[in-house]
Amino acid sequence: METILAFTALGVLLVLGMGAFGTAIGFGLLGGKFLEGAARQPELAPMLQVKMFLVAGLIDAVTMIGIGFGMWFTFANPYLEALKAAAGH
Amino acid sequence: MSSEALTATSYIQHHIQNMTYGQLPAGYERTDGTVLDQAMWTFAHSAAEAKAMGFWAWHVDTLGWSIVLGIIFCFCFYRIAKDATTATPGKWANFLEWVFELVDKCVKESFHAKSDVVAPLALTVFCWVFLMNLMDLVPVDWLPKAAALISGDPHIFFKVVPTTDPNATFALSISVFVLIIFYSIKSKGIGGFIGELTLHPFESKNIVGKMLLVLPNLLLEGVALLAKPISLALRLFGNLYAGELIFILIAMLGYWQLPAHFIWAVFHILIIILQAFIFMMLTIVYLSMATEHH
Repeated sequence: METILAFTALGVLLVLGMGAFGTAIGFGLLGGKFLEGAARQPELAPMLQVKMFLVAGLIDAVTMIGIGFGMWFTFANPYLEALKAAAGH
Repeated sequence: MSSEALTATSYIQHHIQNMTYGQLPAGYERTDGTVLDQAMWTFAHSAAEAKAMGFWAWHVDTLGWSIVLGIIFCFCFYRIAKDATTATPGKWANFLEWVFELVDKCVKESFHAKSDVVAPLALTVFCWVFLMNLMDLVPVDWLPKAAALISGDPHIFFKVVPTTDPNATFALSISVFVLIIFYSIKSKGIGGFIGELTLHPFESKNIVGKMLLVLPNLLLEGVALLAKPISLALRLFGNLYAGELIFILIAMLGYWQLPAHFIWAVFHILIIILQAFIFMMLTIVYLSMATEHH
Protein backbone atom coordinates (compact mmCIF):
# COMPACT_ATOMS: atom_id res chain seq x y z
CA MET A 1 0.00 0.00 0.00
CA GLU A 2 2.86 2.38 0.78
CA THR A 3 4.30 1.62 -2.65
CA ILE A 4 1.02 2.54 -4.31
CA LEU A 5 0.73 5.77 -2.32
CA ALA A 6 4.33 6.74 -2.98
CA PHE A 7 4.18 6.12 -6.70
CA THR A 8 0.80 7.82 -6.99
CA ALA A 9 2.23 10.92 -5.36
CA LEU A 10 5.19 10.90 -7.75
CA GLY A 11 2.91 10.34 -10.72
CA VAL A 12 0.63 13.24 -9.78
CA LEU A 13 3.66 15.50 -9.32
CA LEU A 14 4.96 14.58 -12.77
CA VAL A 15 1.58 15.24 -14.39
CA LEU A 16 1.21 18.63 -12.71
CA GLY A 17 4.84 19.64 -13.21
CA MET A 18 5.09 18.73 -16.88
CA GLY A 19 1.72 20.30 -17.55
CA ALA A 20 2.85 23.53 -15.91
CA PHE A 21 6.13 23.44 -17.87
CA GLY A 22 4.44 22.99 -21.24
CA THR A 23 1.74 25.56 -20.52
CA ALA A 24 4.26 28.16 -19.38
CA ILE A 25 6.31 27.80 -22.57
CA GLY A 26 3.16 27.84 -24.69
CA PHE A 27 1.77 30.97 -23.07
CA GLY A 28 5.14 32.68 -23.28
CA LEU A 29 5.37 32.10 -27.02
CA LEU A 30 1.71 33.06 -27.53
CA GLY A 31 2.00 36.28 -25.56
CA GLY A 32 5.26 37.19 -27.24
CA LYS A 33 3.83 36.76 -30.73
CA PHE A 34 0.75 38.76 -29.76
CA LEU A 35 2.87 41.65 -28.48
CA GLU A 36 4.97 41.60 -31.64
CA GLY A 37 1.89 41.63 -33.84
CA ALA A 38 0.27 44.41 -31.80
CA ALA A 39 3.47 46.48 -31.99
CA ARG A 40 3.62 46.08 -35.75
CA GLN A 41 -0.06 46.93 -36.36
CA PRO A 42 -1.68 48.57 -33.32
CA GLU A 43 -5.07 48.86 -35.03
CA LEU A 44 -5.36 45.05 -35.10
CA ALA A 45 -4.64 44.70 -31.37
CA PRO A 46 -8.30 44.22 -30.20
CA MET A 47 -8.99 41.51 -32.79
CA LEU A 48 -5.68 39.79 -31.99
CA GLN A 49 -6.45 39.93 -28.29
CA VAL A 50 -9.73 38.05 -28.74
CA LYS A 51 -7.97 35.40 -30.81
CA MET A 52 -5.18 35.23 -28.24
CA PHE A 53 -7.64 34.34 -25.48
CA LEU A 54 -9.15 31.67 -27.68
CA VAL A 55 -5.77 30.02 -28.27
CA ALA A 56 -4.93 30.46 -24.58
CA GLY A 57 -7.94 28.33 -23.69
CA LEU A 58 -6.81 25.65 -26.12
CA ILE A 59 -3.27 25.60 -24.67
CA ASP A 60 -4.70 25.18 -21.18
CA ALA A 61 -6.91 22.27 -22.19
CA VAL A 62 -4.68 19.20 -21.84
CA THR A 63 -2.97 20.70 -18.75
CA MET A 64 -6.36 21.06 -17.08
CA ILE A 65 -7.30 17.53 -18.06
CA GLY A 66 -4.05 16.46 -16.41
CA ILE A 67 -4.88 18.44 -13.28
CA GLY A 68 -8.31 16.82 -13.18
CA PHE A 69 -6.75 13.37 -13.37
CA GLY A 70 -4.13 14.34 -10.79
CA MET A 71 -6.77 15.47 -8.29
CA TRP A 72 -8.78 12.30 -8.92
CA PHE A 73 -5.72 10.14 -8.16
CA THR A 74 -4.91 12.19 -5.04
CA PHE A 75 -8.33 12.07 -3.40
CA ALA A 76 -10.05 9.00 -4.85
CA ASN A 77 -7.17 6.74 -5.80
CA PRO A 78 -8.55 3.85 -7.87
CA TYR A 79 -5.43 1.73 -7.28
CA LEU A 80 -5.95 1.99 -3.53
CA GLU A 81 -9.55 0.86 -3.90
CA ALA A 82 -8.50 -2.03 -6.10
CA LEU A 83 -6.00 -2.99 -3.39
CA LYS A 84 -8.67 -2.79 -0.69
CA ALA A 85 -11.04 -4.88 -2.83
CA ALA A 86 -8.32 -7.49 -3.41
CA ALA A 87 -7.40 -7.54 0.30
CA GLY A 88 -11.04 -7.82 1.34
CA HIS A 89 -11.52 -11.10 -0.51
CA MET B 1 -20.08 7.96 8.50
CA SER B 2 -21.53 10.11 11.28
CA SER B 3 -18.90 8.87 13.71
CA GLU B 4 -16.06 9.89 11.35
CA ALA B 5 -13.87 12.71 12.62
CA LEU B 6 -13.61 15.80 10.42
CA THR B 7 -10.19 15.59 8.80
CA ALA B 8 -8.85 17.52 5.85
CA THR B 9 -9.20 14.52 3.55
CA SER B 10 -12.73 13.71 4.69
CA TYR B 11 -13.76 17.37 4.19
CA ILE B 12 -12.41 17.34 0.65
CA GLN B 13 -13.90 13.96 -0.14
CA HIS B 14 -17.25 15.13 1.19
CA HIS B 15 -17.20 18.14 -1.10
CA ILE B 16 -16.25 16.29 -4.27
CA GLN B 17 -19.02 13.69 -4.05
CA ASN B 18 -22.26 14.22 -5.97
CA MET B 19 -25.72 13.48 -4.58
CA THR B 20 -26.23 10.07 -6.19
CA TYR B 21 -29.56 8.27 -6.56
CA GLY B 22 -29.21 4.71 -7.75
CA GLN B 23 -29.88 1.04 -7.19
CA LEU B 24 -27.91 -0.89 -4.58
CA PRO B 25 -27.78 -4.67 -5.14
CA ALA B 26 -29.37 -7.22 -2.82
CA GLY B 27 -27.13 -8.32 0.02
CA TYR B 28 -25.18 -5.04 0.01
CA GLU B 29 -24.05 -3.77 3.43
CA ARG B 30 -24.64 -0.03 3.80
CA THR B 31 -22.51 2.41 5.80
CA ASP B 32 -24.83 2.39 8.79
CA GLY B 33 -24.51 -1.40 8.97
CA THR B 34 -27.90 -2.48 7.61
CA VAL B 35 -27.82 -5.24 5.00
CA LEU B 36 -30.26 -4.97 2.09
CA ASP B 37 -32.35 -8.09 1.56
CA GLN B 38 -33.39 -6.97 -1.92
CA ALA B 39 -32.14 -4.49 -4.49
CA MET B 40 -33.24 -0.98 -3.58
CA TRP B 41 -33.30 2.46 -5.26
CA THR B 42 -31.95 4.99 -2.76
CA PHE B 43 -29.66 7.95 -2.18
CA ALA B 44 -26.02 7.10 -1.53
CA HIS B 45 -24.77 7.88 1.98
CA SER B 46 -21.08 7.45 1.21
CA ALA B 47 -18.67 7.48 -1.71
CA ALA B 48 -18.40 3.67 -1.56
CA GLU B 49 -22.17 3.31 -1.90
CA ALA B 50 -22.20 5.76 -4.81
CA LYS B 51 -19.55 3.67 -6.53
CA ALA B 52 -21.50 0.45 -5.88
CA MET B 53 -24.50 1.95 -7.66
CA GLY B 54 -22.59 1.69 -10.91
CA PHE B 55 -23.13 3.52 -14.17
CA TRP B 56 -26.91 3.81 -14.09
CA ALA B 57 -27.10 6.17 -11.12
CA TRP B 58 -28.37 9.75 -11.27
CA HIS B 59 -26.46 12.77 -10.00
CA VAL B 60 -29.51 14.58 -8.67
CA ASP B 61 -27.67 17.78 -7.69
CA THR B 62 -26.10 18.18 -11.16
CA LEU B 63 -29.42 17.58 -12.90
CA GLY B 64 -31.29 19.90 -10.56
CA TRP B 65 -28.89 22.84 -10.76
CA SER B 66 -28.39 22.61 -14.53
CA ILE B 67 -32.16 22.56 -15.13
CA VAL B 68 -32.76 25.47 -12.71
CA LEU B 69 -30.00 27.55 -14.35
CA GLY B 70 -31.32 26.71 -17.82
CA ILE B 71 -34.78 27.90 -16.79
CA ILE B 72 -33.30 31.14 -15.41
CA PHE B 73 -31.45 31.72 -18.71
CA CYS B 74 -34.56 31.06 -20.82
CA PHE B 75 -36.72 33.22 -18.55
CA CYS B 76 -34.36 36.23 -18.61
CA PHE B 77 -34.01 36.28 -22.38
CA TYR B 78 -37.73 35.60 -22.90
CA ARG B 79 -38.72 38.57 -20.75
CA ILE B 80 -36.29 40.90 -22.51
CA ALA B 81 -37.36 39.69 -25.95
CA LYS B 82 -41.04 40.06 -25.13
CA ASP B 83 -40.67 43.62 -23.82
CA ALA B 84 -38.29 44.76 -26.55
CA THR B 85 -39.20 48.23 -27.89
CA THR B 86 -37.43 50.77 -30.06
CA ALA B 87 -37.12 53.06 -27.04
CA THR B 88 -33.83 53.27 -25.10
CA PRO B 89 -33.34 49.91 -23.36
CA GLY B 90 -32.98 49.59 -19.59
CA LYS B 91 -29.73 48.39 -17.99
CA TRP B 92 -30.68 44.70 -17.95
CA ALA B 93 -32.00 44.76 -21.54
CA ASN B 94 -28.86 46.59 -22.60
CA PHE B 95 -26.62 43.95 -21.08
CA LEU B 96 -28.51 41.02 -22.59
CA GLU B 97 -28.60 42.72 -26.00
CA TRP B 98 -24.80 43.18 -25.75
CA VAL B 99 -24.38 39.45 -25.06
CA PHE B 100 -26.69 38.67 -27.98
CA GLU B 101 -24.69 40.88 -30.36
CA LEU B 102 -21.39 39.37 -29.19
CA VAL B 103 -22.60 35.86 -29.99
CA ASP B 104 -24.08 37.06 -33.29
CA LYS B 105 -20.74 38.59 -34.28
CA CYS B 106 -18.84 35.39 -33.44
CA VAL B 107 -21.26 33.27 -35.46
CA LYS B 108 -21.16 35.62 -38.47
CA GLU B 109 -17.35 35.59 -38.49
CA SER B 110 -16.94 31.81 -38.33
CA PHE B 111 -20.04 30.11 -39.73
CA HIS B 112 -20.56 30.67 -43.45
CA ALA B 113 -23.40 28.35 -44.41
CA LYS B 114 -27.09 28.97 -43.80
CA SER B 115 -28.62 27.61 -40.61
CA ASP B 116 -31.37 28.54 -38.17
CA VAL B 117 -29.88 26.44 -35.39
CA VAL B 118 -26.27 27.54 -34.98
CA ALA B 119 -26.71 31.07 -33.61
CA PRO B 120 -29.34 30.13 -30.97
CA LEU B 121 -27.26 27.07 -30.12
CA ALA B 122 -24.18 29.27 -29.63
CA LEU B 123 -26.13 31.70 -27.43
CA THR B 124 -27.55 28.83 -25.33
CA VAL B 125 -24.16 27.14 -24.95
CA PHE B 126 -22.43 30.37 -23.95
CA CYS B 127 -25.03 31.58 -21.44
CA TRP B 128 -25.84 28.18 -19.94
CA VAL B 129 -22.20 27.14 -19.49
CA PHE B 130 -21.40 30.60 -18.06
CA LEU B 131 -24.29 30.37 -15.55
CA MET B 132 -23.25 26.86 -14.51
CA ASN B 133 -19.64 27.99 -14.06
CA LEU B 134 -20.81 31.07 -12.12
CA MET B 135 -22.11 28.82 -9.32
CA ASP B 136 -18.46 28.17 -8.47
CA LEU B 137 -18.11 31.71 -7.10
CA VAL B 138 -20.63 31.06 -4.30
CA PRO B 139 -18.56 30.32 -1.14
CA VAL B 140 -17.86 26.61 -0.79
CA ASP B 141 -19.92 25.72 2.28
CA TRP B 142 -22.93 28.03 1.99
CA LEU B 143 -25.20 26.06 -0.36
CA PRO B 144 -24.28 22.57 0.97
CA LYS B 145 -24.92 23.79 4.57
CA ALA B 146 -28.27 25.27 3.47
CA ALA B 147 -29.15 21.94 1.82
CA ALA B 148 -28.16 20.08 5.00
CA LEU B 149 -30.39 22.36 7.08
CA ILE B 150 -33.37 22.04 4.73
CA SER B 151 -33.10 18.27 4.33
CA GLY B 152 -32.19 17.54 7.94
CA ASP B 153 -29.29 15.28 6.92
CA PRO B 154 -25.98 16.84 8.08
CA HIS B 155 -23.89 14.64 5.80
CA ILE B 156 -25.79 15.31 2.59
CA PHE B 157 -23.69 15.49 -0.56
CA PHE B 158 -24.47 18.62 -2.59
CA LYS B 159 -22.29 19.86 -5.44
CA VAL B 160 -23.73 23.06 -6.90
CA VAL B 161 -21.49 23.47 -9.96
CA PRO B 162 -22.87 21.16 -12.68
CA THR B 163 -19.82 21.62 -14.92
CA THR B 164 -17.56 20.00 -12.31
CA ASP B 165 -19.48 16.79 -13.02
CA PRO B 166 -18.06 15.14 -16.17
CA ASN B 167 -21.56 13.79 -16.88
CA ALA B 168 -22.81 17.34 -17.54
CA THR B 169 -19.88 18.40 -19.73
CA PHE B 170 -20.01 15.16 -21.72
CA ALA B 171 -23.77 15.63 -22.18
CA LEU B 172 -23.11 19.03 -23.76
CA SER B 173 -20.23 17.83 -25.92
CA ILE B 174 -21.95 14.63 -27.09
CA SER B 175 -24.97 16.73 -28.12
CA VAL B 176 -22.64 18.97 -30.13
CA PHE B 177 -20.99 15.85 -31.61
CA VAL B 178 -24.36 14.50 -32.75
CA LEU B 179 -25.06 17.87 -34.36
CA ILE B 180 -21.65 17.81 -36.09
CA ILE B 181 -22.39 14.41 -37.63
CA PHE B 182 -25.94 15.46 -38.54
CA TYR B 183 -24.75 18.63 -40.28
CA SER B 184 -21.93 16.75 -42.04
CA ILE B 185 -24.35 14.23 -43.45
CA LYS B 186 -26.93 16.90 -44.29
CA SER B 187 -24.50 19.03 -46.31
CA LYS B 188 -22.35 16.34 -47.89
CA GLY B 189 -24.58 13.26 -47.90
CA ILE B 190 -23.68 9.94 -46.32
CA GLY B 191 -21.30 9.13 -49.18
CA GLY B 192 -19.56 12.46 -48.85
CA PHE B 193 -19.25 12.09 -45.08
CA ILE B 194 -17.75 8.59 -45.30
CA GLY B 195 -15.57 9.72 -48.19
CA GLU B 196 -14.22 12.54 -46.07
CA LEU B 197 -13.24 10.05 -43.39
CA THR B 198 -11.68 7.44 -45.69
CA LEU B 199 -10.22 9.35 -48.66
CA HIS B 200 -8.32 12.07 -46.78
CA PRO B 201 -5.51 12.92 -46.09
CA PHE B 202 -3.75 10.17 -48.07
CA GLU B 203 -5.14 10.13 -51.61
CA SER B 204 -4.66 7.79 -54.52
CA LYS B 205 -5.67 7.79 -58.17
CA ASN B 206 -6.64 4.16 -58.68
CA ILE B 207 -9.23 2.10 -56.84
CA VAL B 208 -6.72 -0.38 -55.36
CA GLY B 209 -4.68 2.39 -53.80
CA LYS B 210 -7.85 3.94 -52.43
CA MET B 211 -8.86 0.65 -50.81
CA LEU B 212 -5.43 0.20 -49.24
CA LEU B 213 -5.39 3.73 -47.85
CA VAL B 214 -8.88 3.48 -46.29
CA LEU B 215 -7.55 2.04 -43.03
CA PRO B 216 -4.78 4.60 -42.28
CA ASN B 217 -7.08 7.45 -43.34
CA LEU B 218 -9.88 6.14 -41.13
CA LEU B 219 -7.50 5.87 -38.17
CA LEU B 220 -6.26 9.45 -38.49
CA GLU B 221 -9.60 11.03 -39.33
CA GLY B 222 -11.41 8.92 -36.71
CA VAL B 223 -9.09 10.09 -33.96
CA ALA B 224 -9.48 13.71 -35.08
CA LEU B 225 -13.27 13.31 -35.14
CA LEU B 226 -13.45 11.68 -31.69
CA ALA B 227 -10.98 14.16 -30.20
CA LYS B 228 -13.52 16.95 -30.73
CA PRO B 229 -16.22 15.96 -28.22
CA ILE B 230 -13.74 14.40 -25.78
CA SER B 231 -11.53 17.49 -25.66
CA LEU B 232 -14.55 19.83 -25.46
CA ALA B 233 -15.93 17.96 -22.45
CA LEU B 234 -12.67 17.38 -20.61
CA ARG B 235 -11.34 20.90 -21.14
CA LEU B 236 -14.39 22.44 -19.46
CA PHE B 237 -14.50 19.74 -16.76
CA GLY B 238 -10.79 19.97 -15.97
CA ASN B 239 -10.76 23.75 -15.65
CA LEU B 240 -13.82 23.88 -13.42
CA TYR B 241 -12.90 20.84 -11.29
CA ALA B 242 -9.43 22.24 -10.62
CA GLY B 243 -10.92 25.65 -9.77
CA GLU B 244 -13.46 24.19 -7.36
CA LEU B 245 -10.84 22.00 -5.71
CA ILE B 246 -8.59 25.00 -5.09
CA PHE B 247 -11.55 26.83 -3.50
CA ILE B 248 -12.06 23.79 -1.22
CA LEU B 249 -8.35 23.67 -0.35
CA ILE B 250 -8.28 27.41 0.43
CA ALA B 251 -11.37 26.94 2.64
CA MET B 252 -9.28 24.78 4.96
CA LEU B 253 -6.83 27.60 5.78
CA GLY B 254 -8.75 29.18 8.65
CA TYR B 255 -8.76 33.00 8.72
CA TRP B 256 -6.10 33.24 6.02
CA GLN B 257 -8.65 32.00 3.55
CA LEU B 258 -10.25 35.43 3.11
CA PRO B 259 -7.50 37.14 1.06
CA ALA B 260 -6.63 33.89 -0.71
CA HIS B 261 -10.29 33.28 -1.64
CA PHE B 262 -10.56 36.83 -2.99
CA ILE B 263 -7.47 36.55 -5.18
CA TRP B 264 -8.44 33.16 -6.55
CA ALA B 265 -12.06 34.27 -7.13
CA VAL B 266 -10.89 37.25 -9.21
CA PHE B 267 -8.75 34.94 -11.35
CA HIS B 268 -11.59 32.44 -11.55
CA ILE B 269 -13.96 35.08 -12.96
CA LEU B 270 -11.69 35.26 -16.00
CA ILE B 271 -11.56 31.45 -16.28
CA ILE B 272 -15.33 30.92 -16.20
CA ILE B 273 -16.02 33.53 -18.89
CA LEU B 274 -13.13 32.26 -20.99
CA GLN B 275 -14.18 28.61 -20.80
CA ALA B 276 -17.78 29.41 -21.74
CA PHE B 277 -16.51 31.53 -24.65
CA ILE B 278 -14.14 28.80 -25.84
CA PHE B 279 -16.88 26.14 -25.68
CA MET B 280 -19.13 28.39 -27.77
CA MET B 281 -16.41 29.29 -30.31
CA LEU B 282 -15.35 25.67 -30.77
CA THR B 283 -18.99 24.61 -31.22
CA ILE B 284 -19.40 27.23 -33.96
CA VAL B 285 -16.07 26.32 -35.60
CA TYR B 286 -16.76 22.55 -35.55
CA LEU B 287 -20.22 23.06 -37.03
CA SER B 288 -18.76 25.38 -39.66
CA MET B 289 -16.17 22.71 -40.56
CA ALA B 290 -18.96 20.16 -40.78
CA THR B 291 -20.87 22.19 -43.37
CA GLU B 292 -17.85 23.10 -45.48
CA HIS B 293 -17.16 21.37 -48.77
CA HIS B 294 -13.63 20.77 -49.93
